Amino acid sequence: MDFSIEITGFVALYIFMLAAFAGWVIIGHVPAILHTPLMSGSNFVHGIVVVGGMFALLNASTVQEQAIGFFAVLLGAGNAAGGYAVTHRMLAMFQTSGHADKR
Amino acid sequence: MTSIAQLIIGVTDLAAAFLFMYGLKRMSSPVTAPSGIFVAGIGMLVAILASFLYVFDAGASAKPHLVANAGLGVVALIVGGGVAWWAGKKVAMTAMPQMVAIYNGMGGGAAGAIAAVELFSARVPGAVQLVVTLLGALIGAISFSGSLIAWAKLQGVLNKPLRVKGQQIFNGLVMLTTLAVGGYIVFVADRGVTPLIPMPDLIWLFFGCALVFGILMTLPIGGADMPVVISIYNAFTGLAVGLEGFVLQNPALMIAGMVVGAAGLLLTLLMAKAMNRSISNILFTNFGTVVQRKQGDIKGSLKPVEAGDAGIFMRYASTVIIVPGYGLAVAQGQQKLYEFVKLLQGAGVSVKFAVHPVAGRMPGQMDVLLAEAGVPYDLIFQLDDINEEFANTDVALVIGANDVVNPAARTEKSSPIYGMPILNADKAKKVYVVKRGEGKGYAGIVNALFYGDNCDMVYGDAAAVLGKMIEAVRALGTKAAA
Repeated sequence: MDFSIEITGFVALYIFMLAAFAGWVIIGHVPAILHTPLMSGSNFVHGIVVVGGMFALLNASTVQEQAIGFFAVLLGAGNAAGGYAVTHRMLAMFQTSGHADKR
Repeated sequence: MTSIAQLIIGVTDLAAAFLFMYGLKRMSSPVTAPSGIFVAGIGMLVAILASFLYVFDAGASAKPHLVANAGLGVVALIVGGGVAWWAGKKVAMTAMPQMVAIYNGMGGGAAGAIAAVELFSARVPGAVQLVVTLLGALIGAISFSGSLIAWAKLQGVLNKPLRVKGQQIFNGLVMLTTLAVGGYIVFVADRGVTPLIPMPDLIWLFFGCALVFGILMTLPIGGADMPVVISIYNAFTGLAVGLEGFVLQNPALMIAGMVVGAAGLLLTLLMAKAMNRSISNILFTNFGTVVQRKQGDIKGSLKPVEAGDAGIFMRYASTVIIVPGYGLAVAQGQQKLYEFVKLLQGAGVSVKFAVHPVAGRMPGQMDVLLAEAGVPYDLIFQLDDINEEFANTDVALVIGANDVVNPAARTEKSSPIYGMPILNADKAKKVYVVKRGEGKGYAGIVNALFYGDNCDMVYGDAAAVLGKMIEAVRALGTKAAA
């Protein structure tokens, strides 16, 4: 069986349109109190670029391509790992009065 | 083997795309948000592990290099991920905006680098794909170099906005050059003609121009506008990732990138609205040169009081609303503030926090800083939810904030902040303003609130002032107010 993916022009436009709409709606519901974690959270999500970096690196056939591909994975991994670390840290800080230990 | 690898990659990427959107959705409430980032993290991890299966799908020319390439991939993942993880765990909450800027720039740089590999290997199949690759490369490169400048400004490495005459025109020329080089690359590849300079040089030139443009575009923007700029670059990186996702035929990248692109755009617009400025105004004009309001228009005088007296007054009030600003974070006074609030609560005072959307150096940063100090989020209220309450409140304590409580935004048509949504602290029965000195806010305008009959000034470092207030209230004992 063939599981390769082929996305042509119009299909791409449909994907982009629906994804952009989804992003707009999902984020529109987030309260202002969470805007900083949200920004770093969405920052984390585009860290998925590291997967594209892996593709580029694994398909590299010259030293130049290897070097740039390495660079892409390095930066993408930093984006993903760092974005996760700071978002998780920030969100863990939010607590309600019910959880507050001392009053 | 190839089709099995494709199947696994297809399924994991689909799962990752779903988990990203589900995770972001869960982030819409503080209760579910921590689990939201966790599920998104699972999606990321699975997608990264599955990406090694690309070895079974690699092109013929890459076959002899597969082991080396996979090894390089592991090293890059461990080094890049490890360093960023460590930095993210260590960074102070006040330095969060510049950290987000760095991570964001890395994402843009990665998208640009992917485009570079595709361009140098001449794998891109048609003119449309080539245009998309170049567009993603351009946006990614601008986001990369621009985010680095934004980081330098927030970190204080670069202090003054750099503005020269004719800058806009020069920047425009650099942009046009970049586009022209890009157009020429497409023309050469499409028609199969021999380029005037070798193709690799053209590609380098293209990236060089794009990177320079990112720097030039960010240099003139003032440090206080950087949050908006970071948000724009966040959207840019998302867009670049989405476009490169199309080039690589990877729908997970397309979806994740475009979701972030749209989300970043929405956040940028919200933020610009809260600052009462348009995006183009932030990017292309100088905010520092606004006409200063004449001092003579203000009636009344500044009335300084002792911190202890103000503290005692609040202890015998029944309702207090606190308006924290970035000055509080600069003085590292959040812990002290919450200590003081707990004392007031112990004495039976109802205390709420009112946070302006742009308090801090990025939207929502003040909420994070308060949460870090242990303030429960159900005490924190946003502008629209609390503004009506000021009129029925005994005391408004403005601490380290200025422009966001300036009534000129409501009344003074000539004021540069006219129309900006503000917190109506001036409507409270009594207002205390904790300030370092008599200086003006970021907008450089006089604040009529400070001169009002109901307003007293408490001068001093926020943390020190709060220390004195705590001391004075403690001295009264812990019995609830009669």
